[in-house]
Amino acid sequence: MTNLQSLEFFVPEIILVIIVIAALITDLFLKKSKTDLIGWVLGIGLIVVALSIINLRHVPPTTLFSDMIVIDPFSSFIKIVIILSTLLVIVASWNNHELNDYRKGEYFTIMGIMVIGLFLMSSSVDIIMLYISIEVVSIMSFVLAAYLKLDTRSNEAGLKYVIYGAFSSGVMLFGLSIVYGLAGSTNYFVIQESIAALDSPANPALVMGMLMIFAGFGYKISAVPFHFWTPDVYEGSPTTITAYLSVAPKAAGFAMIIRFFHQVFSDGHALSSNMIGITDIPWPEIIGVLAVVTMTMGNLVAIQQESIKRMLAYSSIAHAGYMMLALPVISIDAIEAIMIYLFVYLFMNLGAFFIVITVKNKTGGETFDDYKGLGWEMPFVGCVMTLFMLSLTGLPPTAGFVGKFYIFKTLVGAGNSYYWLVIAGGLNSVVSLYYYFHVVKVMFLDGERSDKIIQPPVTMFGLLVVTAVPSLFLGLYWNPLISWVKESLVFYTQTL
Amino acid sequence: MDNILSLLIWLPILGAIVVAFIPRDKEDIIRYTAAGFTGVQFIIAILLWRKFEPGNGSMQFMERLEWIPSLNISYILGVDGLSLPMVLLTAMLFFICVFVSWNIKKAVKGYFALYLLLDAGVVGVFLSLDFFLFYIFWEVMLLPMYFLIGMWGGPQREYAAIKFFLYTLFGSVLMLVGILGLYFTCGKTFDILLIMERAPEALDGVLWWGMSAAKVIWVLLFIGFAIKVPVFPFHTWLPLVHVEAPTAISVILAGILLKLGVYGIIRVNYGILPNAVWWFAGGLAILGLVNVIWGGLCALAQTDLKKLVAYSSINHMGYSLLGMAAVVAAGAANGGDLKAAQAGLSGAVFQMFNHGTISAMLFILVGVVYERAHHRDIEGFGGLASQMPIYTGVTALAFFAGLGLPGFSGFISEAMCFIGAFPVFKTIVVLSTIGILLNAAYFLWAFQRVFFGKLNEKYKDMTEINGLELFTVIPLAVITLFFGLYPRPYLDLIRATMDQIIEKVAFVANFASM
Repeated sequence: MTNLQSLEFFVPEIILVIIVIAALITDLFLKKSKTDLIGWVLGIGLIVVALSIINLRHVPPTTLFSDMIVIDPFSSFIKIVIILSTLLVIVASWNNHELNDYRKGEYFTIMGIMVIGLFLMSSSVDIIMLYISIEVVSIMSFVLAAYLKLDTRSNEAGLKYVIYGAFSSGVMLFGLSIVYGLAGSTNYFVIQESIAALDSPANPALVMGMLMIFAGFGYKISAVPFHFWTPDVYEGSPTTITAYLSVAPKAAGFAMIIRFFHQVFSDGHALSSNMIGITDIPWPEIIGVLAVVTMTMGNLVAIQQESIKRMLAYSSIAHAGYMMLALPVISIDAIEAIMIYLFVYLFMNLGAFFIVITVKNKTGGETFDDYKGLGWEMPFVGCVMTLFMLSLTGLPPTAGFVGKFYIFKTLVGAGNSYYWLVIAGGLNSVVSLYYYFHVVKVMFLDGERSDKIIQPPVTMFGLLVVTAVPSLFLGLYWNPLISWVKESLVFYTQTL
Repeated sequence: MDNILSLLIWLPILGAIVVAFIPRDKEDIIRYTAAGFTGVQFIIAILLWRKFEPGNGSMQFMERLEWIPSLNISYILGVDGLSLPMVLLTAMLFFICVFVSWNIKKAVKGYFALYLLLDAGVVGVFLSLDFFLFYIFWEVMLLPMYFLIGMWGGPQREYAAIKFFLYTLFGSVLMLVGILGLYFTCGKTFDILLIMERAPEALDGVLWWGMSAAKVIWVLLFIGFAIKVPVFPFHTWLPLVHVEAPTAISVILAGILLKLGVYGIIRVNYGILPNAVWWFAGGLAILGLVNVIWGGLCALAQTDLKKLVAYSSINHMGYSLLGMAAVVAAGAANGGDLKAAQAGLSGAVFQMFNHGTISAMLFILVGVVYERAHHRDIEGFGGLASQMPIYTGVTALAFFAGLGLPGFSGFISEAMCFIGAFPVFKTIVVLSTIGILLNAAYFLWAFQRVFFGKLNEKYKDMTEINGLELFTVIPLAVITLFFGLYPRPYLDLIRATMDQIIEKVAFVANFASM
């Protein structure tokens, strides 16, 4: 589709751009204490964006801007996930006392720009577009991570993030240029065609290029061994940003990986078909090993953490590993499982971080000591946190179990060369129970009954309800989610 | 009364919700509410038993509801001769244990809310006939148990709680893999009855890593259940957890949760993979022997009364395993001895019921003395017989029941297990009689040290067992004595179902030997 025709289907992104500009201008006229208003601008804007995405749901999958990005149900699903997490994080940001000393205008504006980047990440089918969108998201993340400019840890987080980000995007760009050199095009579909036509099945240049591209992907979803930035950045950033980074870019990152693998290496018609092009390289095994290492590393290091925020950072690495388990299969079932996991992970992980914010607002700390007896002082917060911990461990009847169940089901269904991944994933859940329930232990078992009960502020209470209800309810009845995911499993594909 | 089974499951959940809404200072109201809900549940369970047709070996009172159609997950409940006695036992013990926990002072509201949730989980496992549902109930039990041990337990309670949780979760993860294996090989369904029908054929000749899939799945499921039983070498969590848990929770744990393991093996492993029973029976008998001897020896070495009772559980569950292994006697290769198979399997199932009542009694009685002396050191007492004659009498009865004295129900079921297993596993049965000897030795020796000899001066003001405590023990003692003298009613109740299971295993065995 030509550029002018495409605009009609690009409405959500255009609205976003307008909102961001409006937010920037409004911010100029506001006193520091009133900058929360920008959050309202962005929040309401995002709801309008969501409505326009829903409005476009009947458009048949197609490419926009001369094969730069696509619009298909899959990208709409990821966009909705991104919008949901952004909305929740905006509300939490109003209540995050860490941010009180700063103007929040830029904060919300930058978040808005990041959403545009995430949208493009989830829908690009061109390696140039892919790279640009990743950079938009990364640069905005660097700024947000370092937003607490008076706090050295936040500055450290920003700097570390920049260094790792710059390095891995450089490596990825190198990989992309090798692939471009082999294929002669930046378009996914042309690349797929050319790779399939390569003489030698395992062309060393292609393998090299692919590995380098995977380094970029791995950095974005914080997979081992590209995860080293994660703990420090997550610990130093404002907690709301940590929560956001652990969910939204991860969702977009997985969308990007799924699209890339599926459209460059499958034959374009059926998702279940084998990967083509570099058949001699055991990709499923390589990704499987990376997934297992990611989970195991995340879980084992999480056990030793003193700070709950840092523990959740490692736990989010482990969760990336669980989702990666399904990547080697890359069938319809596998993509479905990853989508379900992303959706339930959104609620349980954001919820856990919101508790960290609530507690930090109250006690000023985020170590295990600050949670001592929390369950007795703030029973609601304690119970909800227990629910999130259960869900993150993946115990029924919570949403986290449903997520893991679908991943495991996919692997068992894919045949017995994947059983070892199931066993590894299952054992990792057992390991993760230990540190998740360490939180529960500290909250309930280490404390004494207190006579006065403290309730969290109303907005935090609301946020916790909004994240807790799906974390439990989706574990008991997830038919609506499944049917939505199944409807969204339509990709734009093209064979030349 | 169409939904009587659902009622049994959801009533305690409703109770937990009601308790959650009672202000936390109204402790007595909370206790009475818990007693009320478990009491009504017990009455419903009795009604169920009265309406149950013992002659019919298949599932009764079935309920079926669509749940997640895209995965073929349904809400299916049913009860048969295997699960009915366990449901009755569960309802009764949960009712009794409300009174055992009457003196809990700390966070009464939380305690009873979790207690009722645990009740729902246990009953749910016994009644569910859909693997997904089964798994959910199986896991739902873990969280209340974690808190009940971790919050109301002894000094090392936190360690015990997480150890229990980790152990069980490890088992259930393997079980989940087994369940998924069955799901995909048996035509994408979680319906246990449907899988029972299809599995022997569907798994025939299927290989995983060069091994028969049926055997792999059997082992995966078995480990999950064996941890609950607990079968050696997965038993190490049990003594610790028992020692740390509050009395009522020890009673529930020994009386019911351990039975879930045996129940699971018979329902799932025997029902779905009868071919593999044939392959694994020898191993099962050996594990039974190890449980009997090892549990007995460990019990003998204990100085903590509660730990002794805990190890006696391991010892007693060994008989049950031995009885289960006897099912293969019905196979043609073993002479098609149907009587032995019946005796063995019925013995195993009877043993799990009897152990439920006897160990419950023992733990309650240990709790009684702990309440007064604040320790359980066997050597630390002495001469209590003169101080607490009634307590001594009741404990003597419980100990004799525990050591399998004729006239008590434990004797009947243990004898049945031995009789059943003898034709096939002669050496093992002969060796495990050593266990009986150990069994008698540790109980009698402990009894002697606690109750006879000179009265320890410290305890000359020790008060006699009170009415409430007697009220919790007497019904169990009556059941033990009654079935010890007249086991017929119980055996009639389970016979038809047992015959079905035996027939299935025997058929497969005969088929294989042809």
